[in-house]
Amino acid sequence: MVDFLVENFLFIAEGIVTTLQITLLSFTLGLALGSLLLALGLSPLGFLSRLYIEPVRGTPLLVQIFVIYFGLPSLGVKLDAFTSAVLALGLNSAAYQAEIFRSAVKGIPDSQILSAEALGFSYLQTLRYVILPQALRISIPALVNEFVTVLKESSLASVIGIVELTRRGEYVAARTYRAFEAYLIVALIYFVVCYLFSHGSRRLEKRFRIPGYTGA
Amino acid sequence: MSGEVLRLENVVAGYEEKAVIKGVSLSVREGEKVVIMGPSGSGKSTLLKTAVLLVRPWSGRVVLDGEDLTSGRADLRRARAKTGFVFQSYNLFPHMKVIDNVALPLRLVKGYSKEAARRKALEMLKLVGLGDCGEKYPLQLSGGQQQRVAIARALAMDPIILFLDEPTSALDPELKAEVLETLRDVAHRGIAMVVVTHELDFAREVADRVVIMEDGVIVEEGDASLLWSPKTERARRFLRVIGTASAPT
Repeated sequence: MVDFLVENFLFIAEGIVTTLQITLLSFTLGLALGSLLLALGLSPLGFLSRLYIEPVRGTPLLVQIFVIYFGLPSLGVKLDAFTSAVLALGLNSAAYQAEIFRSAVKGIPDSQILSAEALGFSYLQTLRYVILPQALRISIPALVNEFVTVLKESSLASVIGIVELTRRGEYVAARTYRAFEAYLIVALIYFVVCYLFSHGSRRLEKRFRIPGYTGA
Repeated sequence: MSGEVLRLENVVAGYEEKAVIKGVSLSVREGEKVVIMGPSGSGKSTLLKTAVLLVRPWSGRVVLDGEDLTSGRADLRRARAKTGFVFQSYNLFPHMKVIDNVALPLRLVKGYSKEAARRKALEMLKLVGLGDCGEKYPLQLSGGQQQRVAIARALAMDPIILFLDEPTSALDPELKAEVLETLRDVAHRGIAMVVVTHELDFAREVADRVVIMEDGVIVEEGDASLLWSPKTERARRFLRVIGTASAPT
């Protein structure tokens, strides 16, 4: 077992670099698109954002990856595996992040919006100074949760040939016939990284907590 | 007689299908203190919100400072900037320091520079006795202090008329007292005020005019003497209720 670890742990662990690259890029893409979807959702054309969010949330991510990687070339759009994976994960996460923002915005009491209106704020001023700063704070735990979800789901990128954490585990399993140990290492690395991010989020929440706020 | 700052003409308003204000006319002169009383559900709060079109009237006219706000062409933001509104639940912005709660509207709505807004905000906080609370956050203050910040925020805008919607109803008796004390000071500043309140003593003290509402209409209107000797049976009944109940909410 020690020999197995010495020979293979580092090889597998190196995959976390690609995994994190995919995660960071797709999460950021999701953040940008999710914000746009929120803006769209709050506008009179709000139904358009539902037209995007519902199908994306109602279909498997793996199928979405296949549509982009195997399906788009038949429309003349050929993307490499890495770009396809980032795009699929990012487009998928955007739908979830938009929902996170939407429920956070709904969590701001109407009374505050009324008060901003009574002071003579424009809608955009209310959004910029009253709604968004609070909605972002409310969103932190759910956003970190979404980040961890994207990180775990990035393992699906292995099926279109990207050599990230999971794929490296597959290599080792295939070469050594010791699938149990190989995938256990993969699982352990995912767990440690996810745990660190979730834990860091609590510090983030504390840092941005509204002073004097005693609720959950 | 001084000029008129607010006139409601036969205003009807409500939420969804239900009419809450059923034809109310009211005129407020410069510097005049109008106290609106009446049982809960009689439409007092809605009437205040209608006056700055936070609730849009179904029919009737609202004229503020000579401008018809119901015409559809009115610049509501500019009109609201001339008024102050204090809510029952203070409605401060919890994520901003107290001083920023007062200063931000000055910058965004009145076009003050950052420094000028801060100076004025501090001056207003001192006025309500909270000059040393500027760097705190609203939720670190007591309810009474928060309400005084809300009063400072409204006053900072140099309103021609101040609307107060049950400003002490959410407060304990001792906190009530400090807010009422602040409001007495404000009343002496010569700004027109329309106050919805159940505080009979306060009303008797500051009111130039008293309006008693029930079920969406004005049932009695007159000077403060009305609070000692109401003419209609409905007003008598209402005043008896709030006169005997020590702290109605």
